[in-house]
Amino acid sequence: MNPRLRRLTSLPLTWPLVTLVCILLFDFLFTPGFFHLELKDGHLFGSLVDIVKNAAPVMIIATGMTLVIATGGIDISVGAVVAIAGAIAGVLVARYHAPLLAVLVLPLIAAALCGAFNSLLIIGFGIQPIIATLILMVMGRGLGQLIIGGRVLWFRMVSFEYLGTGYLLGLPVRIFVAVALLALLALALRTTPLGLFIQATGGSAKASRYSGLSVGLVKFVVYTFSGLCAGVAGLVLTANIHGSDAALVGVYIELDAILAVVIGGTSMNGGKFNLLGSLVGALIIQSLTTTIFTKGVPVQFTLVVKAAVVVIVILLQSGEFRRQLGALVPGRATR
Amino acid sequence: MPEAPILEIRRLSKGFPGVRALAGVDFFLRRGEIHALMGENGAGKSTLIKVLTGVYPRDGGEILFEGRPFAAGSPHKAQEQGISTVYQEVNLVPNLSVAENLLLGRQPTRGGLIDGREMKRRAEAILKRLHLHVDVNQLLGDYSIAVQQMVAIGRALEFESKILILDEPTSSLDAGEVEQLFKVMRKLKAEGHAILFVTHFVDQVYAVSDRITVLRNGELVGEFETSRLPKVELISKLLGKALHDLEIVATAKGEAASERVGEPVLRVQGLGKAGVLERFDLEIHAGEVLGLAGLLGSGRTELANLIFGIEKPDQGEVAVQGEKVRLNSPLRALQSGIGLCPEDRKSEGIIEDLSLRENIILALQVKQGWFRNIPRARQEEIAERYIKLLDIRTPTAAQAIKNLSGGNQQKAIVARWLATQPTLLILDEPTRGIDVGAKAEIQKLILSLSDKGMAVLFISSELDEVLRCADRIAVLRDKAMVGKLSADQMDEQIIMRTIAHTDKVGAEPR
Amino acid sequence: MKLRVSRRYVPLLATLCVFVAIFCLGGLQYRAFFSLRVFTNLFTDNAFLGLCAVGMTFVILSGGIDLSVGAMVAFSSTLIASLTQLAHFLPFPAIALVLVIGLLFGLAQGAVIHFYKAPAFIVTLAGMFLLRGLGFVINLNAIPVEDPLMVKLSTLGIPLGEKASLSFSACVLILAVVATAVVLGFTKFGRNVYAVGGSELSVLLMGIPLARTKLAIYALSGFFSAAAGVVFTIYTLSGSAAAAMGLELDAIAAVVIGGTLLSGGFGFVAGSLIGALIQGVIQTLISFQGTLDVSWTKIFVGGLLLVFILLQRVFSQGMKKGGAAATRRAPRLALAAGDPVVGSTAGSGKP
Repeated sequence: MNPRLRRLTSLPLTWPLVTLVCILLFDFLFTPGFFHLELKDGHLFGSLVDIVKNAAPVMIIATGMTLVIATGGIDISVGAVVAIAGAIAGVLVARYHAPLLAVLVLPLIAAALCGAFNSLLIIGFGIQPIIATLILMVMGRGLGQLIIGGRVLWFRMVSFEYLGTGYLLGLPVRIFVAVALLALLALALRTTPLGLFIQATGGSAKASRYSGLSVGLVKFVVYTFSGLCAGVAGLVLTANIHGSDAALVGVYIELDAILAVVIGGTSMNGGKFNLLGSLVGALIIQSLTTTIFTKGVPVQFTLVVKAAVVVIVILLQSGEFRRQLGALVPGRATR
Repeated sequence: MPEAPILEIRRLSKGFPGVRALAGVDFFLRRGEIHALMGENGAGKSTLIKVLTGVYPRDGGEILFEGRPFAAGSPHKAQEQGISTVYQEVNLVPNLSVAENLLLGRQPTRGGLIDGREMKRRAEAILKRLHLHVDVNQLLGDYSIAVQQMVAIGRALEFESKILILDEPTSSLDAGEVEQLFKVMRKLKAEGHAILFVTHFVDQVYAVSDRITVLRNGELVGEFETSRLPKVELISKLLGKALHDLEIVATAKGEAASERVGEPVLRVQGLGKAGVLERFDLEIHAGEVLGLAGLLGSGRTELANLIFGIEKPDQGEVAVQGEKVRLNSPLRALQSGIGLCPEDRKSEGIIEDLSLRENIILALQVKQGWFRNIPRARQEEIAERYIKLLDIRTPTAAQAIKNLSGGNQQKAIVARWLATQPTLLILDEPTRGIDVGAKAEIQKLILSLSDKGMAVLFISSELDEVLRCADRIAVLRDKAMVGKLSADQMDEQIIMRTIAHTDKVGAEPR
Repeated sequence: MKLRVSRRYVPLLATLCVFVAIFCLGGLQYRAFFSLRVFTNLFTDNAFLGLCAVGMTFVILSGGIDLSVGAMVAFSSTLIASLTQLAHFLPFPAIALVLVIGLLFGLAQGAVIHFYKAPAFIVTLAGMFLLRGLGFVINLNAIPVEDPLMVKLSTLGIPLGEKASLSFSACVLILAVVATAVVLGFTKFGRNVYAVGGSELSVLLMGIPLARTKLAIYALSGFFSAAAGVVFTIYTLSGSAAAAMGLELDAIAAVVIGGTLLSGGFGFVAGSLIGALIQGVIQTLISFQGTLDVSWTKIFVGGLLLVFILLQRVFSQGMKKGGAAATRRAPRLALAAGDPVVGSTAGSGKP
């Protein structure tokens, strides 16, 4: 294979991007009007905008999830944290008529504390991440409903709702939120050794310890950040429907986020991570959904398609499957 | 009686990428004998066992069992054919009862359901052969390793094995339990079983075995009758030095060492941890190489780990450059100017998927903390410097470290610690499992580091390496420091006698 | 003579105590609570959860996990409802078909997990998506079940006096638990399940058929969750693809609260039943209370889960030390006659 081509295909972002491009190409060719964008009241509309808009919450959560998975862990409590953050925001608006700043900051603090709680169980008690985060997953929505004092709480606060439904420079605000979060993280990754420490922890916690690294501190940081991301997503989703729905908001979002991270190229075993890949992964999932929707395929097939995607990802990542595939290709040297 | 051996292995070879684990090894096992298989780490003992029992396919050579060619596809198939292995980790199921472990998969049934009473009876009968009386309905995990090993042996006997392989069975046993195990081994030997006893404990070999086979670096050193091989000779065979042609390396440092005065870089007093290492004292000065000699299991790595903070000591004091410190964690040690290149580079050293550059600067970055990031350009500069200094063979510094050879990986870990500019560098088996050329380079490096003023604690099972590089040598045996040798005392014979316990040189009051 | 209970039954007893405690708490607060009727209703109302928990017990004992059970319940109920209402199948063939599909689906999941060495979490996640989607593909809406036989099954019951009766679903649940207990405790396959949870490597080395065991485990989980779907359909007399959202979590919680270690190797199916009943009794208590929001159930269950997980952590640390020097049980080699036997329950190995 041409060496330059080989280098290109081995770049971590390549395959997710290629996949996304393929999906969009399919739409370009077979879905009339898919790429159609129109400006109405200063807002940009179109399928492409829908994809990015709907993918934003998953992208936000996938940002934190990428780091967690990179340390070799997992966080399945994010959906519940979304509900908790949304519940607190709703209550602050509806019952306490709190100022915007409080409505934005307090839920985030609570969400970060949830993440810290998870890390305490994992580091302090040595509980497996999937089990530790299961607890909050079970309890979280109940806690959310408790905070609301019911199932759903509707409210109106225009300045807050802007977060979910507003537009900035023609694009939905939430896109900027996702980008801002990503930019913040990118800044942290650039100016601190956070990225190196995370990858070292996930690559080999033992070797990291021998190098003097405090693996516990690294995990504390990533789980707290994951909680924070869930909080941000919770604010966006709650603002969108101007209601706190503790039972249904962000339901199964953790699964979409994990899927996005895995599609994006970060291994579930931990180690090297691919943030941009996770974002592309979220876009892939959403563009699949939107494609299905715009083609008039009944929405229930979305789940089936998602299942197929997961299966393909599993198989591609399985060494055994790759070996079997390699054996089928004639002339290819098998190890 | 000159009957044919029950097991004949000839010219057995097995290699892995970059490593030649076994090179033309011969091995013979007779009925009714206890045969010890010895060798330091990396000698090839476990590879031999794994090839024999079918975990790995062999590259070359032949195996004859009871006169017929033998090739097992898996350990279980080997067991069915009569060769059973009891592993160091006792591969049984701790959450089931003793009886169930003995008979798992072959439980007696009545009407489709397991017959508990019959199972209990059968289990007790098996254990009776081993003089073991335990409640067979108790969970296996509730019992000590000694009992679990007996149960594993019992299960092997139930399969009517003719050859019983015991892989490091005594590592976790106390003296009393070792005696019990030996009693059982002797009984089985009398019944005609052939026992292959893999161990590194010299005294135990003399207590119970009939013959000894020694491996070194994948090659056969020789097969000996235990009663005819003096202990000191055995040790020399293990450590690779023929008693006859000694090259007593008189180094120039021998004289320089006595000139060292002043505050030692590291002073350890009474450091120890119960069950891990007995209290010891140690001093290393700047520019000095202190070698640590001893057999496998003598506590050398434990000593390094106690100094570096991987293990927390129970007692004792440490002073670095005159100042007392509590080395409770690797970070503390790192910040005090100590570096440790660990023994097992695969699981404790390299981080596989990270690049060479990232592996090299990791400890330095940890030392600088979370808020003083080393910019990319500087990282590359540092990496380049050490790649050149240590002659690490790699196309670029961005290469994933898992793609480098063992020797280059080892150099990368040494580079990691050199980059932190330590005042004391501890190297635990830095030349294990790497090619001869790289071994020589690392030894040269040690000498040049000490010339430049770094203090080095050098641990190695290769005695000639230690002698070549060290100014002084501390000798460990059975988790205690038994002697310290100064330059003029550094004589092969003395060292090996010290290890063999026929001599005690410079012994500290305990 | 001291009453010494073997350590392995402690978690089960703890769970039983919790159940009894909550039940009594309810009885103390509300007169009507402490009745046989409330007790038997627990079985009926939570039969579908209990059946899922039974299947989940196999999986978790072996060290795995199955996230698809809730989706299987929904899928099964939709399928049965569609078959009987729209395709005019007779109930029993429909039920049989659903059970077979469940078994085969579980088998397929097990195969991917074992042969492709894929993480069970992700594989059963895909299974969950697939089943949910297929359920909706079959029918988007809830279908009321009016087949006379199905209706009969929902009212059938063994009367136990005092207006209490053991319904069909309850009987199915009890039967499933008893059968599973016998299999897990007294058959080679059952003991192999525990062994796999203890150490897959050891199982391989000991010559136990690992693949067959793992496949069967996931097949059973699929079978039992399909059965749970059947029971659910009878209970609600409707089939809906949107049903049982999050049921897999409840099933996992039931198993964990029931004393089974999530890491595998320890636990009893009776515990899973009690774990399911505990969730039910908490819910019943809350509905009796009237003012507390039903969301409190999840909070209590989550709290219980936390407590049990922490306890499990302590328990497994103790197990680890049990084999090593710290809390050694003296191996009584060549025991002298008349020695006191330490820590045994029903007689030692001494003749």
